[in-house]
Amino acid sequence: MDERGGPWRWGEDDSGTPILHVDMDAFFASVEVAARPGLRGRAMVVGGRERGVVLAATYEARAFGIRSGMPMATAIARLPSVIVVPPDHESYRRVSRQVMAVLAEITPQLQQVSVDEAFLDVSGARRRLGSPARIGTLVRERVRREVGLPISVGIASTMFVAKVASTRAKPDGMLLVPEHATVDFLHALPVAALWGVGESTASRLADLGIRTVAELATAPRSSLAARLGPAAAHRLHDLAWGRDPRVVTPERTERSVSAEHTFPVDVTDRAELARTALAQTHTCARRLREAGMLARGVTLKVRLADFTTLTRSRRLDVPTDVAAALHGTVRALLAAVDVPATGVRLIGVRADDLVVAAGTPVQATLGDDGDDRRALEVAVDAVDRRFGGGAAVAASLLQAPPVPATQPTPSDPAVGAREPVPDRSRGDRTGRRADEPGPRSGLRRDSTTATPKPRIS
Amino acid sequence: MKFTVERDVLAEAVTWTARSLPSRPSIPVLAGVRIEASAEGLALSSFDYEVSAVSEITADVAEPGSLLVSGRLLAEISRALPARPVEVTVEGTRAVLTCGSSRFTLLTMPIEDYPSLPALPPASGTIDAHAFAEAVGQVTVAASRDETLPLLTGVRIEIEDDLLTLLATDRYRLAMREVSWNPATRGISATALVRARTLSEVAKSLTSAGSISLSLPTGQGSDIVGFEAGGRRTTSLLVDGDYPPVRRLFPEVTTSHAVVTTSSLIEAARRVALVAERNTPIRLEFSEGQVVLEAGQGEDAQASEAIEASFEGEAVTTAYNPGYLLDALGAVGKEFTRLSFTHGTKPSVITGQTALDSTTDEGFRYLIQPIRFAG
Repeated sequence: MDERGGPWRWGEDDSGTPILHVDMDAFFASVEVAARPGLRGRAMVVGGRERGVVLAATYEARAFGIRSGMPMATAIARLPSVIVVPPDHESYRRVSRQVMAVLAEITPQLQQVSVDEAFLDVSGARRRLGSPARIGTLVRERVRREVGLPISVGIASTMFVAKVASTRAKPDGMLLVPEHATVDFLHALPVAALWGVGESTASRLADLGIRTVAELATAPRSSLAARLGPAAAHRLHDLAWGRDPRVVTPERTERSVSAEHTFPVDVTDRAELARTALAQTHTCARRLREAGMLARGVTLKVRLADFTTLTRSRRLDVPTDVAAALHGTVRALLAAVDVPATGVRLIGVRADDLVVAAGTPVQATLGDDGDDRRALEVAVDAVDRRFGGGAAVAASLLQAPPVPATQPTPSDPAVGAREPVPDRSRGDRTGRRADEPGPRSGLRRDSTTATPKPRIS
Repeated sequence: MKFTVERDVLAEAVTWTARSLPSRPSIPVLAGVRIEASAEGLALSSFDYEVSAVSEITADVAEPGSLLVSGRLLAEISRALPARPVEVTVEGTRAVLTCGSSRFTLLTMPIEDYPSLPALPPASGTIDAHAFAEAVGQVTVAASRDETLPLLTGVRIEIEDDLLTLLATDRYRLAMREVSWNPATRGISATALVRARTLSEVAKSLTSAGSISLSLPTGQGSDIVGFEAGGRRTTSLLVDGDYPPVRRLFPEVTTSHAVVTTSSLIEAARRVALVAERNTPIRLEFSEGQVVLEAGQGEDAQASEAIEASFEGEAVTTAYNPGYLLDALGAVGKEFTRLSFTHGTKPSVITGQTALDSTTDEGFRYLIQPIRFAG
């Protein structure tokens, strides 16, 4: 029992609470700390130092008022000595998969809602694993032991209340809200704890004199509806009484995979944009293959120096997980973008409208049924895994002029033509390598901040 | 400038000349049709820097001169006029068009700003206009409509002495038509890549003449192709790029062969394809005496139909995009269709023949890549 009252402060009856919400604590930051114990106990944030935002902050950094979503400049202003670590989304995804794999062993009734968050409905696991509270404890132990990270668990009768409970359990805690205690638990909270209540709704509610969930629950629905609209009023009122009709829905398919890169300096050089987009195309294709998915559409995102964001999408003739096939469309989309003299701040490629690859009909191409190029890229995947270098991209493709699609690409490189780009060079290039202790090769393999710079040889 | 011309003659000529005018031209004069009146009659022309068209018609020219007016407007007006002679005069910056009791006044455009049209290259030879239109129609179905692959939106024209070959592919199927023609000089050899849409329009619109004259670029530095027939001539810029060596995609040997009645297969394929969702195939299972067509799977709607087929070789099961199959069957132009296979997952060759047991017509060949299922 700690000062927050521990997991049982609302009671120990978990008979009507089959819903678990599990949420990693300061996920990106925790992954970095686990990888480099030298960071433990330090005020550290994950994010781009130059122009980024705080993606995650350790609890030590939070003590200085640093929050995720805050501009990095603000965070540094609050604590100039804060350690800034560039994000490594590749390893966050990997760790996320490990966590989700643990959860999937608890129950298949698993709904992943983000990289570090999921709902479980353990109704069907009770006989095998015990009551929801026992399972919550088991989840925490297993994730701690097998992945090495802290995770908080909220247990309640509905998804919404479980989510609020996990928030109240943090860091590294668990909170059970027995079914009979649901209303008492909610009514003690400020309205901002409710799902969907942001600043503007909170201030409108404050206009009505409503600051707590209890006040919201007892407010006349008509006055809520007049202020918030009937739909929102209805929903908030339901939430205030713990009513949430949602059920845990296992969602197995990813909807898209993407890679983005914010340039350290705005870029006007089309060749550099094209190279970055090509590298991102390879990243997307590799992730499609890993996930066993095919993309039926491609989207190019370009953010200009003035923050105008352009997105250009196109459907593909044929669903694919091959970069060489995606790239023709990416290139055409990029060619249609006017690059202003002030340059481009961010570029990103997204493969979307995904379908499960197995059994999907694919119109093959004459003279090249796609297997050759796919085989090449799969071989390259293997090299990447072996040498740990997501940085490596087929060098000749990076420089190749447009190749007619019906022709095989004889210049396709042998696997050996790929070279791992030294991490340090990219770190230096982006200027984002900070004062983090100890080198770790995975750290710079992040598609969103450190797209590999191609070599021109 | 003053001339009188028959309404039908004018309407047809303007409609043809203005057919490819851009709706939003890069410079305003390109929306115009230029009319030159001389002792020989009228020459109407249009040009958008890619395609040029000139139509020569007879007219009673009282006063020679030239004039540039909106092609779209002139085409609409001339089609709507009563069937009477049309008189056109220029008064200052206006063209006045009188027909019966109708009178139109059109603003002219500055003719001095109008670009000069490319000269028609020397003729490479001639071909029957209907045969040409048929051949073009057979291959253009296979050309790509994907503007991101400009090379494949073209039809490759090859001439080799008295043989003219047309090729088009969108990577998923390949259509090739060989047809004999009359070369201007023995042993001539030339190639051109022409946008399929342009070629298709040109071929269809020049069938009123008996034969059509083709001008292919013969040497360095010439980058247009020309067509001329019955007082109409048109040029087009070539599509850039080296056409891939697609002929070698046709298999040298095929091991299984089916012959079916073209119309039965078209009808069966159309029916069965009704349940094939976008990007999903119809499956064809060929065996002794029949082909079974199927589409749909799992919990989706399903259809199947068997039709008679003469079949030799190992049984073959394959799957095609139904649209690609129907394009082929619509293009063979013969009562019977032959499908030749090496393997169900390899491209098949579709040809036509006049009788169940006649030799197949190799003049038109259509190669179709099956759909496979991702693993």
